[in-house]
Amino acid sequence: MIDNREQGTGNKYIELTTPLVDKDVEQLRVGDRVLLSGIVYTARDASQRHIVEDLEAGKELPADLKGQVLYYTGPSPAGPGRVIGSAGPTTSARMDVYVRTMLELGVKGFIGKGRRSMDVRDDLKTYKAVYFLATAGAGALLSRHITAAKVIGYPELGPEAVYELQLDRFPLIVGDDTYGDDMFEREWPRWKR
Amino acid sequence: MSRIIRTEEIAKAVSRLCRDANLKLSDDVYSALQNALSMEESSFGKEVLTELIENAETAAELEIPICQDTGFTIVFIDMGQDVHIEGGGLKDAVDAGVREAYRSSHFRTSVADDHIFSRKNTGDNTPSILHLEMVPGDVFKVTVMIKGGGSESVGRAGVLKPAEGKEGIRRFVLETVEAAGPNPCPPIIVGVGYGGTTDYAAYLAKRALLKSLDEKNPDPNLAELEQDLLDSINRLGIGPAGMGGRVTAIATKIATHPSHIATMPVAVDISCYALRRKSVQI
Repeated sequence: MIDNREQGTGNKYIELTTPLVDKDVEQLRVGDRVLLSGIVYTARDASQRHIVEDLEAGKELPADLKGQVLYYTGPSPAGPGRVIGSAGPTTSARMDVYVRTMLELGVKGFIGKGRRSMDVRDDLKTYKAVYFLATAGAGALLSRHITAAKVIGYPELGPEAVYELQLDRFPLIVGDDTYGDDMFEREWPRWKR
Repeated sequence: MSRIIRTEEIAKAVSRLCRDANLKLSDDVYSALQNALSMEESSFGKEVLTELIENAETAAELEIPICQDTGFTIVFIDMGQDVHIEGGGLKDAVDAGVREAYRSSHFRTSVADDHIFSRKNTGDNTPSILHLEMVPGDVFKVTVMIKGGGSESVGRAGVLKPAEGKEGIRRFVLETVEAAGPNPCPPIIVGVGYGGTTDYAAYLAKRALLKSLDEKNPDPNLAELEQDLLDSINRLGIGPAGMGGRVTAIATKIATHPSHIATMPVAVDISCYALRRKSVQI
């Protein structure tokens, strides 16, 4: 899938494994391709609301999020003999309100589709974290890069529960970097007529 | 003379359509994506389109859904007035079909009973929405449309002044598509309904998405407007997955209805690239 079509744009191909530290994310710029391996946690609006409530109540969270990456997805259930069903990104903007809290918990990356608010982009800069784009609508293809999956929090939410996923070279593009740049803002004017 | 159709047959048809629509990209959509790939100039855009085509092939091969968001189920039935249904309620039969498909095919259930109070997942993707049209004769045509949250969230309906005319509709459509940006998983298919009443224009916009992408609108004025809207949308630069490029939409489809002399309702219903809808005649 990854080839040399980006020659001349200056964008890099980088392999990373979670958990991430500052220098992992600081090397990334908008448009860079990343192959991400290791554990990530799924998180949608419903589960993050629970995380915030649990945090306020002083309860233990489903996982330690320091250095971790959250994947905005609600996978379809695994069929017989499969690890997971389809598992592509959902619209990130719904989760914008929870970004600050997640960053304070040490989250270093978010995976989703679509644009983030200016507040989120500012926070990514301040807290040194990145927003990755996974190909919107390619949930079947992306599921090939998930080698293990289990529910670790809020099982009552069904598809909105927190899953721990093991990724194997999961293909991503940097959407918002730690320097305040944005993929959409960069690309659209190039093609607008 | 009436033709009798059993509810079990209807449930079976709905179930099969839910399965097909979620697992297999329609032929017209597949060709449109191939065509989009040949037109796209952006390298990010080309890569996304290649992945979306590969994704459809992977889904069919592994028998997993094209998208994890196996959507809200919208069912359109065109029912001949000479048809008599036996065996129970039509709505119950449709939901029984949805329930069966989502359970047996391991599809994600994505229906919340109420967003403000209890917010419980209904567990089987029901209730669906049923649009019933009575038509002459004894036909019975069932269409299932699967609509994901990302694309359904960016639809819009409003009422324009008739004097705003074609330009008003053009502006309304372009504003809606531009505001939607990358969220509805472009390249999108844009359904436009105008005329009727606000609610009816919204129905027409959704219904317009059922039209085949291979067929040109038989009304030359509307065919021209569809092309004009498509060209204008594709000048926005949003591109596949919003990564920038020439192909933001692969089709625009318009449906209309006469309306009151003083109002011009208009609605836009955006579909993701996969435009999951399948039909069968019983």
